[in-house]
Amino acid sequence: MMSPAASAPAWDFDDQAPAVEVAPGVHWIGALDPGLRTFDIILRTANGTTYNSYLVRGEDGVAVIDTVKAEFAEDFFARLESAARYDEIRVIVLNHLEPDHTGALPELMRRAPQAQLYISKRATAMLKALLKPRDDRPLTYKTVGTGDEVSLGGRTLRFLHTPFLHWPDTQCTWLAEEGVLFSGDVFGCHHCDARLFNDLCGDFRFAFDYYYAHIMRPFKSYVVDALKLIEPLPIKLIAPTHGPVLRDRPRRYVTRYRELSTPSLAERIDQDERSLIIFYMSAYGSTARMAEAIRAGVEESEGIRVSLYDLEGGEVQPFVDLIESADAMALGSPTINGDAAKPIWDLLSSLAVIDLKGKLGAAFGSYGWTGEAVKMIEDRLRGLKLRVPVAGLRIKLIPTDEELEECREFGRALAGALVRGEQGRVIDFADLG
Amino acid sequence: MAKAKITFSDIEQTVNVPAGTRVIEVSERIGAGIIYGCREGDCGTCMMHVEEGWNNLTEPSVLEEKVLRENMASRHDRLACQAQILGDCKVKPA
Repeated sequence: MMSPAASAPAWDFDDQAPAVEVAPGVHWIGALDPGLRTFDIILRTANGTTYNSYLVRGEDGVAVIDTVKAEFAEDFFARLESAARYDEIRVIVLNHLEPDHTGALPELMRRAPQAQLYISKRATAMLKALLKPRDDRPLTYKTVGTGDEVSLGGRTLRFLHTPFLHWPDTQCTWLAEEGVLFSGDVFGCHHCDARLFNDLCGDFRFAFDYYYAHIMRPFKSYVVDALKLIEPLPIKLIAPTHGPVLRDRPRRYVTRYRELSTPSLAERIDQDERSLIIFYMSAYGSTARMAEAIRAGVEESEGIRVSLYDLEGGEVQPFVDLIESADAMALGSPTINGDAAKPIWDLLSSLAVIDLKGKLGAAFGSYGWTGEAVKMIEDRLRGLKLRVPVAGLRIKLIPTDEELEECREFGRALAGALVRGEQGRVIDFADLG
Repeated sequence: MAKAKITFSDIEQTVNVPAGTRVIEVSERIGAGIIYGCREGDCGTCMMHVEEGWNNLTEPSVLEEKVLRENMASRHDRLACQAQILGDCKVKPA
Protein backbone atom coordinates (compact mmCIF):
# COMPACT_ATOMS: atom_id res chain seq x y z
CA MET A 1 0.00 0.00 0.00
CA MET A 2 2.98 2.27 0.41
CA SER A 3 4.38 3.98 -2.62
CA PRO A 4 8.12 3.67 -3.17
CA ALA A 5 10.07 6.11 -1.09
CA ALA A 6 11.66 7.45 -4.28
CA SER A 7 8.35 9.04 -5.24
CA ALA A 8 8.18 11.00 -2.04
CA PRO A 9 8.71 14.72 -2.37
CA ALA A 10 11.57 16.30 -0.53
CA TRP A 11 10.43 17.67 2.82
CA ASP A 12 12.13 20.28 4.86
CA PHE A 13 11.59 18.20 7.93
CA ASP A 14 13.86 15.99 9.92
CA ASP A 15 12.32 12.57 10.55
CA GLN A 16 14.20 12.49 13.81
CA ALA A 17 13.15 16.03 14.80
CA PRO A 18 11.98 16.37 18.38
CA ALA A 19 8.43 16.32 19.61
CA VAL A 20 6.34 19.38 18.80
CA GLU A 21 4.43 21.10 21.61
CA VAL A 22 0.82 21.61 20.48
CA ALA A 23 -0.56 22.84 23.82
CA PRO A 24 1.08 23.41 27.23
CA GLY A 25 2.47 20.02 28.25
CA VAL A 26 1.00 18.28 25.21
CA HIS A 27 3.38 17.11 22.47
CA TRP A 28 2.88 15.69 19.01
CA ILE A 29 5.08 12.60 18.70
CA GLY A 30 3.69 11.20 15.47
CA ALA A 31 5.19 10.46 12.06
CA LEU A 32 4.96 11.84 8.53
CA ASP A 33 4.31 9.60 5.52
CA PRO A 34 4.56 11.96 2.53
CA GLY A 35 5.10 9.13 0.02
CA LEU A 36 1.76 7.39 0.57
CA ARG A 37 -0.64 7.67 -2.37
CA THR A 38 -3.25 5.03 -1.55
CA PHE A 39 -4.55 4.36 1.93
CA ASP A 40 -6.36 1.12 2.83
CA ILE A 41 -6.71 0.27 -0.88
CA ILE A 42 -9.72 2.59 -1.33
CA LEU A 43 -8.57 6.08 -0.37
CA ARG A 44 -6.32 8.23 -2.50
CA THR A 45 -4.10 10.97 -1.18
CA ALA A 46 -2.20 13.49 -3.28
CA ASN A 47 0.43 14.27 -0.66
CA GLY A 48 0.57 11.39 1.79
CA THR A 49 -0.67 11.29 5.37
CA THR A 50 0.45 11.60 8.95
CA TYR A 51 0.08 9.19 11.85
CA ASN A 52 -0.48 11.48 14.81
CA SER A 53 0.37 10.38 18.30
CA TYR A 54 0.41 12.62 21.35
CA LEU A 55 2.08 12.79 24.73
CA VAL A 56 0.42 14.47 27.73
CA ARG A 57 2.48 15.35 30.79
CA GLY A 58 0.93 15.57 34.25
CA GLU A 59 2.46 16.03 37.69
CA ASP A 60 2.35 12.30 38.38
CA GLY A 61 3.30 10.91 35.03
CA VAL A 62 2.87 10.86 31.31
CA ALA A 63 0.20 9.53 28.95
CA VAL A 64 0.76 8.44 25.35
CA ILE A 65 -2.33 8.72 23.19
CA ASP A 66 -2.31 6.41 20.15
CA THR A 67 0.84 5.32 18.31
CA VAL A 68 1.83 5.07 14.62
CA LYS A 69 2.03 2.57 11.75
CA ALA A 70 4.74 -0.05 12.40
CA GLU A 71 7.07 1.18 9.63
CA PHE A 72 7.25 4.58 11.32
CA ALA A 73 7.96 3.35 14.84
CA GLU A 74 11.54 4.64 14.78
CA ASP A 75 10.41 8.26 14.18
CA PHE A 76 7.76 7.88 16.87
CA PHE A 77 10.15 6.58 19.53
CA ALA A 78 12.74 9.26 18.68
CA ARG A 79 10.15 11.98 19.23
CA LEU A 80 8.80 10.34 22.35
CA GLU A 81 12.31 10.13 23.82
CA SER A 82 12.79 13.85 23.20
CA ALA A 83 9.80 14.62 25.43
CA ALA A 84 9.71 11.90 28.12
CA ARG A 85 11.44 8.87 29.63
CA TYR A 86 9.81 5.47 29.21
CA ASP A 87 9.61 4.98 32.99
CA GLU A 88 7.46 8.13 33.22
CA ILE A 89 4.72 6.66 31.05
CA ARG A 90 1.82 5.65 33.27
CA VAL A 91 -0.97 5.59 30.74
CA ILE A 92 -1.38 4.48 27.12
CA VAL A 93 -4.72 5.45 25.56
CA LEU A 94 -5.85 3.77 22.37
CA ASN A 95 -8.64 5.75 20.77
CA HIS A 96 -8.70 3.39 17.77
CA LEU A 97 -6.98 0.03 17.28
CA GLU A 98 -6.48 -0.03 13.51
CA PRO A 99 -2.86 -0.97 12.70
CA ASP A 100 -1.91 2.51 11.46
CA HIS A 101 -2.36 3.65 15.07
CA THR A 102 -1.23 0.57 16.96
CA GLY A 103 1.79 -0.49 14.88
CA ALA A 104 4.24 0.73 17.50
CA LEU A 105 2.15 -0.47 20.47
CA PRO A 106 3.86 -3.83 21.16
CA GLU A 107 7.29 -2.20 21.28
CA LEU A 108 5.99 0.70 23.39
CA MET A 109 4.54 -1.81 25.88
CA ARG A 110 7.90 -3.59 25.96
CA ARG A 111 9.74 -0.32 26.67
CA ALA A 112 7.15 0.95 29.18
CA PRO A 113 5.84 -2.25 30.83
CA GLN A 114 4.44 -0.34 33.80
CA ALA A 115 2.00 1.66 31.64
CA GLN A 116 -1.70 0.89 31.92
CA LEU A 117 -3.64 0.49 28.66
CA TYR A 118 -6.99 2.29 28.33
CA ILE A 119 -9.36 1.18 25.57
CA SER A 120 -13.06 1.51 24.83
CA LYS A 121 -15.54 -1.11 25.93
CA ARG A 122 -15.87 -2.39 22.38
CA ALA A 123 -12.12 -2.76 21.80
CA THR A 124 -11.30 -5.83 23.90
CA ALA A 125 -11.62 -8.47 21.20
CA MET A 126 -9.61 -6.36 18.76
CA LEU A 127 -6.86 -5.74 21.31
CA LYS A 128 -6.55 -9.48 21.91
CA ALA A 129 -6.49 -10.18 18.19
CA LEU A 130 -3.78 -7.56 17.82
CA LEU A 131 -1.52 -8.57 20.70
CA LYS A 132 -2.29 -12.32 20.86
CA PRO A 133 -1.99 -12.78 24.64
CA ARG A 134 -0.94 -16.23 25.97
CA ASP A 135 -1.07 -17.80 29.41
CA ASP A 136 2.60 -16.95 29.91
CA ARG A 137 2.11 -13.47 28.44
CA PRO A 138 -1.17 -12.17 29.82
CA LEU A 139 -2.64 -8.86 28.81
CA THR A 140 -3.83 -6.25 31.27
CA TYR A 141 -5.92 -3.28 30.23
CA LYS A 142 -8.80 -1.11 31.44
CA THR A 143 -11.96 -0.56 29.45
CA VAL A 144 -13.55 2.87 29.71
CA GLY A 145 -16.66 4.69 28.53
CA THR A 146 -18.21 8.14 28.68
CA GLY A 147 -17.76 9.58 32.18
CA ASP A 148 -14.66 7.54 33.01
CA GLU A 149 -11.44 9.40 33.61
CA VAL A 150 -7.82 8.96 34.58
CA SER A 151 -5.76 11.56 36.42
CA LEU A 152 -2.14 12.29 35.57
CA GLY A 153 -1.80 14.72 38.48
CA GLY A 154 -3.22 18.16 37.79
CA ARG A 155 -4.48 16.90 34.45
CA THR A 156 -7.33 14.56 33.76
CA LEU A 157 -8.10 12.54 30.67
CA ARG A 158 -11.84 11.98 30.22
CA PHE A 159 -13.20 9.45 27.79
CA LEU A 160 -16.06 9.81 25.33
CA HIS A 161 -17.67 6.64 23.99
CA THR A 162 -17.98 7.31 20.24
CA PRO A 163 -18.37 3.89 18.60
CA PHE A 164 -18.36 3.22 14.84
CA LEU A 165 -16.29 6.25 13.91
CA HIS A 166 -15.28 4.32 11.95
CA TRP A 167 -14.76 0.98 13.75
CA PRO A 168 -16.75 -0.40 16.69
CA ASP A 169 -13.87 0.35 19.07
CA THR A 170 -13.42 4.07 18.44
CA GLN A 171 -13.44 6.62 21.28
CA CYS A 172 -12.30 10.19 21.93
CA THR A 173 -10.27 11.50 24.86
CA TRP A 174 -10.75 14.96 26.36
CA LEU A 175 -8.10 16.88 28.27
CA ALA A 176 -10.31 19.39 30.07
CA GLU A 177 -7.55 21.54 31.61
CA GLU A 178 -6.21 22.50 28.16
CA GLY A 179 -9.39 22.13 26.09
CA VAL A 180 -7.72 19.51 23.88
CA LEU A 181 -9.81 16.83 22.17
CA PHE A 182 -7.86 13.74 21.08
CA SER A 183 -10.40 12.67 18.52
CA GLY A 184 -8.90 9.61 16.87
CA ASP A 185 -9.87 9.41 13.19
CA VAL A 186 -12.74 11.85 13.72
CA PHE A 187 -11.85 15.26 12.23
CA GLY A 188 -8.83 13.67 10.57
CA CYS A 189 -7.75 13.62 6.93
CA HIS A 190 -5.00 12.24 4.74
CA HIS A 191 -2.86 15.31 4.28
CA CYS A 192 0.84 15.44 5.03
CA ASP A 193 2.36 18.79 5.82
CA ALA A 194 5.40 19.17 8.07
CA ARG A 195 4.08 22.53 9.28
CA LEU A 196 1.60 20.42 11.25
CA PHE A 197 -0.93 23.08 12.34
CA ASN A 198 -4.04 23.89 10.33
CA ASP A 199 -3.26 27.60 10.15
CA LEU A 200 0.19 26.89 8.69
CA CYS A 201 -0.56 23.97 6.34
CA GLY A 202 -1.64 24.21 2.71
CA ASP A 203 -5.34 24.20 1.88
CA PHE A 204 -6.55 20.77 2.97
CA ARG A 205 -10.32 21.41 3.02
CA PHE A 206 -10.96 18.99 0.15
CA ALA A 207 -8.95 16.29 1.94
CA PHE A 208 -11.04 16.85 5.09
CA ASP A 209 -14.32 16.47 3.19
CA TYR A 210 -12.99 13.52 1.14
CA TYR A 211 -11.97 11.70 4.31
CA TYR A 212 -15.38 12.26 5.86
CA ALA A 213 -17.11 11.08 2.66
CA HIS A 214 -15.24 7.77 2.60
CA ILE A 215 -14.63 6.99 6.26
CA MET A 216 -17.40 8.59 8.34
CA ARG A 217 -20.29 8.90 5.89
CA PRO A 218 -21.51 5.27 6.20
CA PHE A 219 -21.87 5.91 9.96
CA LYS A 220 -23.65 9.26 9.91
CA SER A 221 -26.08 8.40 12.68
CA TYR A 222 -23.12 7.57 14.94
CA VAL A 223 -21.43 10.83 13.94
CA VAL A 224 -24.55 12.65 15.13
CA ASP A 225 -24.47 10.74 18.44
CA ALA A 226 -20.79 11.62 18.89
CA LEU A 227 -21.39 15.28 18.06
CA LYS A 228 -23.88 15.44 20.94
CA LEU A 229 -20.95 14.62 23.25
CA ILE A 230 -18.38 16.77 21.44
CA GLU A 231 -20.32 19.96 20.65
CA PRO A 232 -20.78 21.10 24.28
CA LEU A 233 -17.02 20.89 24.99
CA PRO A 234 -15.06 24.19 25.20
CA ILE A 235 -12.57 23.02 22.57
CA LYS A 236 -9.35 24.96 22.11
CA LEU A 237 -7.56 22.38 19.95
CA ILE A 238 -8.49 19.18 18.13
CA ALA A 239 -5.75 16.57 17.90
CA PRO A 240 -6.80 13.94 15.36
CA THR A 241 -4.80 10.86 14.37
CA HIS A 242 -4.36 11.89 10.71
CA GLY A 243 -3.62 15.23 9.08
CA PRO A 244 -3.21 18.73 10.51
CA VAL A 245 -3.57 19.53 14.20
CA LEU A 246 -6.59 21.84 14.37
CA ARG A 247 -5.67 24.76 16.63
CA ASP A 248 -7.06 27.68 14.62
CA ARG A 249 -10.85 27.92 15.13
CA PRO A 250 -11.26 24.21 15.78
CA ARG A 251 -15.03 24.53 16.17
CA ARG A 252 -15.30 25.09 12.40
CA TYR A 253 -14.45 21.43 11.89
CA VAL A 254 -17.08 20.31 14.38
CA THR A 255 -19.62 22.47 12.55
CA ARG A 256 -18.51 20.99 9.23
CA TYR A 257 -19.15 17.47 10.56
CA ARG A 258 -22.61 18.58 11.66
CA GLU A 259 -23.28 19.98 8.15
CA LEU A 260 -21.98 16.85 6.43
CA SER A 261 -24.08 14.60 8.67
CA THR A 262 -27.33 16.47 8.10
CA PRO A 263 -29.33 15.14 5.15
CA SER A 264 -29.53 17.88 2.54
CA LEU A 265 -32.80 16.63 1.09
CA ALA A 266 -34.52 16.84 4.47
CA GLU A 267 -34.01 20.58 4.36
CA ARG A 268 -35.95 20.90 1.13
CA ILE A 269 -38.51 18.12 1.35
CA ASP A 270 -41.23 18.06 3.95
CA GLN A 271 -40.26 15.74 6.81
CA ASP A 272 -43.55 13.88 6.37
CA GLU A 273 -42.90 13.30 2.68
CA ARG A 274 -41.22 10.09 1.51
CA SER A 275 -38.83 10.19 -1.45
CA LEU A 276 -38.67 7.61 -4.26
CA ILE A 277 -36.09 7.79 -7.05
CA ILE A 278 -36.59 5.89 -10.31
CA PHE A 279 -33.44 5.26 -12.35
CA TYR A 280 -33.51 3.62 -15.74
CA MET A 281 -31.55 2.74 -18.88
CA SER A 282 -33.38 2.28 -22.14
CA ALA A 283 -32.15 1.19 -25.57
CA TYR A 284 -35.33 1.63 -27.63
CA GLY A 285 -37.54 3.59 -25.24
CA SER A 286 -39.54 0.67 -23.80
CA THR A 287 -37.95 0.64 -20.35
CA ALA A 288 -38.21 4.45 -20.35
CA ARG A 289 -41.97 4.21 -20.99
CA MET A 290 -42.26 1.68 -18.18
CA ALA A 291 -40.41 4.10 -15.88
CA GLU A 292 -42.79 6.94 -16.77
CA ALA A 293 -45.85 4.76 -16.17
CA ILE A 294 -44.45 3.61 -12.80
CA ARG A 295 -43.89 7.26 -11.85
CA ALA A 296 -47.50 8.03 -12.80
CA GLY A 297 -48.67 5.15 -10.56
CA VAL A 298 -46.60 6.38 -7.61
CA GLU A 299 -47.82 9.96 -8.08
CA GLU A 300 -51.39 8.87 -7.40
CA SER A 301 -50.36 8.50 -3.74
CA GLU A 302 -50.21 11.48 -1.41
CA GLY A 303 -47.04 12.21 0.50
CA ILE A 304 -44.46 10.73 -1.87
CA ARG A 305 -42.00 12.82 -3.86
CA VAL A 306 -40.98 10.82 -6.93
CA SER A 307 -38.01 11.63 -9.19
CA LEU A 308 -37.14 10.06 -12.54
CA TYR A 309 -33.60 9.85 -13.93
CA ASP A 310 -32.08 8.35 -17.06
CA LEU A 311 -28.74 6.92 -15.93
CA GLU A 312 -27.36 7.58 -19.40
CA GLY A 313 -27.54 11.31 -18.70
CA GLY A 314 -25.82 11.55 -15.34
CA GLU A 315 -22.73 10.83 -13.27
CA VAL A 316 -22.81 8.21 -10.53
CA GLN A 317 -21.79 10.41 -7.59
CA PRO A 318 -24.77 12.82 -7.50
CA PHE A 319 -27.06 9.81 -7.85
CA VAL A 320 -25.41 8.21 -4.81
CA ASP A 321 -26.13 11.44 -2.89
CA LEU A 322 -29.76 11.27 -4.01
CA ILE A 323 -30.13 7.65 -2.92
CA GLU A 324 -28.68 8.46 0.50
CA SER A 325 -31.49 10.90 1.15
CA ALA A 326 -34.24 8.81 -0.47
CA ASP A 327 -36.53 6.27 1.14
CA ALA A 328 -36.77 4.02 -1.93
CA MET A 329 -35.27 3.45 -5.36
CA ALA A 330 -36.54 1.60 -8.40
CA LEU A 331 -34.08 0.53 -11.10
CA GLY A 332 -35.08 -0.21 -14.67
CA SER A 333 -32.84 -1.93 -17.19
CA PRO A 334 -33.22 -3.81 -20.43
CA THR A 335 -31.48 -7.19 -20.63
CA ILE A 336 -28.42 -7.13 -22.86
CA ASN A 337 -26.63 -10.44 -23.41
CA GLY A 338 -28.20 -11.90 -20.27
CA ASP A 339 -27.25 -9.01 -17.97
CA ALA A 340 -28.40 -5.59 -16.82
CA ALA A 341 -26.75 -2.59 -18.47
CA LYS A 342 -23.36 -1.60 -17.04
CA PRO A 343 -24.43 1.84 -15.66
CA ILE A 344 -26.85 -0.01 -13.35
CA TRP A 345 -23.97 -2.02 -11.91
CA ASP A 346 -21.77 1.08 -11.74
CA LEU A 347 -24.42 2.68 -9.55
CA LEU A 348 -25.08 -0.42 -7.45
CA SER A 349 -21.37 -0.91 -6.78
CA SER A 350 -20.95 2.68 -5.56
CA LEU A 351 -23.28 2.54 -2.56
CA ALA A 352 -20.89 1.23 0.12
CA VAL A 353 -20.23 4.80 1.32
CA ILE A 354 -23.84 5.40 2.37
CA ASP A 355 -26.22 3.87 4.88
CA LEU A 356 -28.93 1.93 3.04
CA LYS A 357 -30.64 0.52 6.12
CA GLY A 358 -34.42 0.61 5.89
CA LYS A 359 -34.67 1.69 2.25
CA LEU A 360 -36.93 -0.05 -0.23
CA GLY A 361 -35.79 -1.29 -3.64
CA ALA A 362 -37.54 -2.43 -6.81
CA ALA A 363 -36.56 -3.53 -10.33
CA PHE A 364 -38.22 -3.45 -13.72
CA GLY A 365 -37.32 -3.62 -17.39
CA SER A 366 -38.26 -4.44 -20.95
CA TYR A 367 -36.42 -7.26 -22.72
CA GLY A 368 -36.10 -8.87 -26.11
CA TRP A 369 -35.54 -12.56 -25.55
CA THR A 370 -34.24 -13.62 -22.13
CA GLY A 371 -34.96 -10.90 -19.53
CA GLU A 372 -32.59 -11.86 -16.68
CA ALA A 373 -31.73 -8.26 -15.72
CA VAL A 374 -34.71 -7.65 -13.43
CA LYS A 375 -34.02 -10.70 -11.25
CA MET A 376 -30.30 -9.91 -11.11
CA ILE A 377 -30.99 -6.33 -9.97
CA GLU A 378 -33.43 -7.59 -7.33
CA ASP A 379 -30.81 -10.02 -6.01
CA ARG A 380 -28.27 -7.22 -5.78
CA LEU A 381 -30.74 -4.94 -3.98
CA ARG A 382 -31.40 -7.70 -1.45
CA GLY A 383 -27.64 -8.25 -1.16
CA LEU A 384 -27.35 -4.59 -0.20
CA LYS A 385 -29.98 -5.32 2.51
CA LEU A 386 -32.72 -3.29 0.91
CA ARG A 387 -36.26 -4.55 1.26
CA VAL A 388 -37.81 -5.52 -2.07
CA PRO A 389 -41.51 -5.40 -1.22
CA VAL A 390 -42.93 -5.66 -4.77
CA ALA A 391 -41.95 -8.43 -7.19
CA GLY A 392 -39.95 -7.17 -10.19
CA LEU A 393 -41.81 -6.29 -13.38
CA ARG A 394 -40.67 -7.55 -16.80
CA ILE A 395 -42.28 -6.73 -20.10
CA LYS A 396 -41.35 -8.29 -23.42
CA LEU A 397 -40.35 -5.65 -25.98
CA ILE A 398 -42.75 -2.73 -26.51
CA PRO A 399 -45.30 -2.25 -23.70
CA THR A 400 -48.99 -2.29 -24.66
CA ASP A 401 -51.59 -0.10 -22.97
CA GLU A 402 -52.50 -3.02 -20.68
CA GLU A 403 -48.86 -3.53 -19.80
CA LEU A 404 -48.42 0.17 -19.09
CA GLU A 405 -51.34 -0.15 -16.69
CA GLU A 406 -49.40 -3.01 -15.03
CA CYS A 407 -46.54 -0.55 -14.65
CA ARG A 408 -48.85 2.01 -12.99
CA GLU A 409 -50.09 -0.74 -10.68
CA PHE A 410 -46.46 -1.60 -9.88
CA GLY A 411 -45.96 2.06 -8.96
CA ARG A 412 -49.08 2.06 -6.78
CA ALA A 413 -47.89 -1.08 -4.97
CA LEU A 414 -44.47 0.46 -4.37
CA ALA A 415 -46.06 3.65 -3.07
CA GLY A 416 -48.28 1.55 -0.81
CA ALA A 417 -45.28 -0.27 0.65
CA LEU A 418 -43.54 3.07 1.26
CA VAL A 419 -46.52 4.57 3.06
CA ARG A 420 -47.27 1.38 4.99
CA GLY A 421 -43.71 1.44 6.33
CA GLU A 422 -44.72 4.19 8.73
CA GLN A 423 -43.75 3.83 12.36
CA GLY A 424 -45.95 1.93 14.72
CA ARG A 425 -47.53 -0.53 12.32
CA VAL A 426 -46.90 -4.27 12.79
CA ILE A 427 -45.34 -5.68 9.63
CA ASP A 428 -45.51 -9.34 8.76
CA PHE A 429 -42.14 -11.03 8.20
CA ALA A 430 -43.37 -12.46 4.89
CA ASP A 431 -44.00 -8.91 3.60
CA LEU A 432 -40.43 -7.79 4.20
CA GLY A 433 -39.35 -9.05 0.75
CA MET B 1 -46.30 -22.27 12.90
CA ALA B 2 -45.95 -20.36 16.15
CA LYS B 3 -45.53 -16.62 15.71
CA ALA B 4 -43.82 -13.96 17.81
CA LYS B 5 -43.55 -10.18 17.69
CA ILE B 6 -40.21 -8.42 17.80
CA THR B 7 -40.06 -4.67 18.29
CA PHE B 8 -37.02 -2.60 17.28
CA SER B 9 -37.39 0.36 19.59
CA ASP B 10 -34.86 2.58 17.78
CA ILE B 11 -37.10 2.73 14.69
CA GLU B 12 -40.36 1.96 16.51
CA GLN B 13 -41.17 -0.95 14.20
CA THR B 14 -42.72 -4.25 15.14
CA VAL B 15 -42.53 -7.37 12.98
CA ASN B 16 -44.58 -10.53 13.29
CA VAL B 17 -42.16 -13.43 12.67
CA PRO B 18 -42.23 -17.24 12.70
CA ALA B 19 -40.81 -18.53 16.00
CA GLY B 20 -37.17 -19.52 15.56
CA THR B 21 -36.27 -16.61 13.25
CA ARG B 22 -32.90 -15.05 14.02
CA VAL B 23 -32.96 -11.35 14.94
CA ILE B 24 -30.44 -10.59 12.15
CA GLU B 25 -32.88 -11.83 9.49
CA VAL B 26 -35.49 -9.31 10.59
CA SER B 27 -33.42 -6.31 11.63
CA GLU B 28 -31.51 -6.00 8.36
CA ARG B 29 -34.63 -6.14 6.24
CA ILE B 30 -36.59 -3.69 8.38
CA GLY B 31 -33.66 -1.30 8.60
CA ALA B 32 -33.11 -1.28 12.37
CA GLY B 33 -29.91 0.35 13.63
CA ILE B 34 -28.07 -2.80 14.72
CA ILE B 35 -24.79 -3.01 12.81
CA TYR B 36 -23.37 -6.36 11.71
CA GLY B 37 -19.79 -7.45 11.23
CA CYS B 38 -18.88 -11.13 10.80
CA ARG B 39 -22.49 -12.39 11.10
CA GLU B 40 -21.24 -15.56 12.75
CA GLY B 41 -21.06 -14.73 16.42
CA ASP B 42 -17.37 -13.92 16.57
CA CYS B 43 -16.81 -10.17 16.29
CA GLY B 44 -19.43 -8.84 18.73
CA THR B 45 -20.35 -5.91 16.47
CA CYS B 46 -24.08 -6.73 16.47
CA MET B 47 -24.52 -6.52 20.23
CA MET B 48 -28.08 -5.48 21.08
CA HIS B 49 -29.85 -4.68 24.31
CA VAL B 50 -33.00 -6.67 25.08
CA GLU B 51 -35.46 -4.24 26.69
CA GLU B 52 -38.33 -6.69 27.09
CA GLY B 53 -38.80 -10.43 26.66
CA TRP B 54 -35.28 -11.50 27.63
CA ASN B 55 -36.53 -15.02 28.22
CA ASN B 56 -38.22 -15.13 24.82
CA LEU B 57 -34.91 -15.51 22.98
CA THR B 58 -32.92 -18.75 22.68
CA GLU B 59 -30.26 -19.29 25.34
CA PRO B 60 -26.82 -17.94 24.36
CA SER B 61 -24.28 -20.59 23.37
CA VAL B 62 -20.96 -20.97 25.18
CA LEU B 63 -19.27 -19.12 22.31
CA GLU B 64 -21.78 -16.27 22.39
CA GLU B 65 -21.33 -15.99 26.17
CA LYS B 66 -17.58 -15.66 25.61
CA VAL B 67 -17.95 -12.92 22.99
CA LEU B 68 -20.45 -11.07 25.19
CA ARG B 69 -18.00 -11.19 28.10
CA GLU B 70 -15.15 -9.93 25.93
CA ASN B 71 -17.28 -7.01 24.78
CA MET B 72 -18.23 -6.05 28.32
CA ALA B 73 -21.87 -6.82 27.66
CA SER B 74 -24.38 -5.81 30.30
CA ARG B 75 -26.86 -8.33 31.69
CA HIS B 76 -29.48 -8.17 28.98
CA ASP B 77 -27.21 -7.78 25.96
CA ARG B 78 -27.17 -10.40 23.20
CA LEU B 79 -25.69 -10.89 19.74
CA ALA B 80 -28.37 -10.22 17.14
CA CYS B 81 -26.76 -12.62 14.66
CA GLN B 82 -27.13 -15.50 17.13
CA ALA B 83 -30.32 -14.96 19.13
CA GLN B 84 -33.44 -16.63 17.78
CA ILE B 85 -36.87 -15.24 18.56
CA LEU B 86 -39.18 -17.61 20.47
CA GLY B 87 -41.72 -15.12 21.86
CA ASP B 88 -42.46 -11.40 21.99
CA CYS B 89 -39.50 -9.18 22.69
CA LYS B 90 -38.19 -5.63 22.31
CA VAL B 91 -34.60 -4.82 21.34
CA LYS B 92 -32.36 -1.87 20.46
CA PRO B 93 -28.68 -1.45 19.46
CA ALA B 94 -26.42 -1.86 22.54
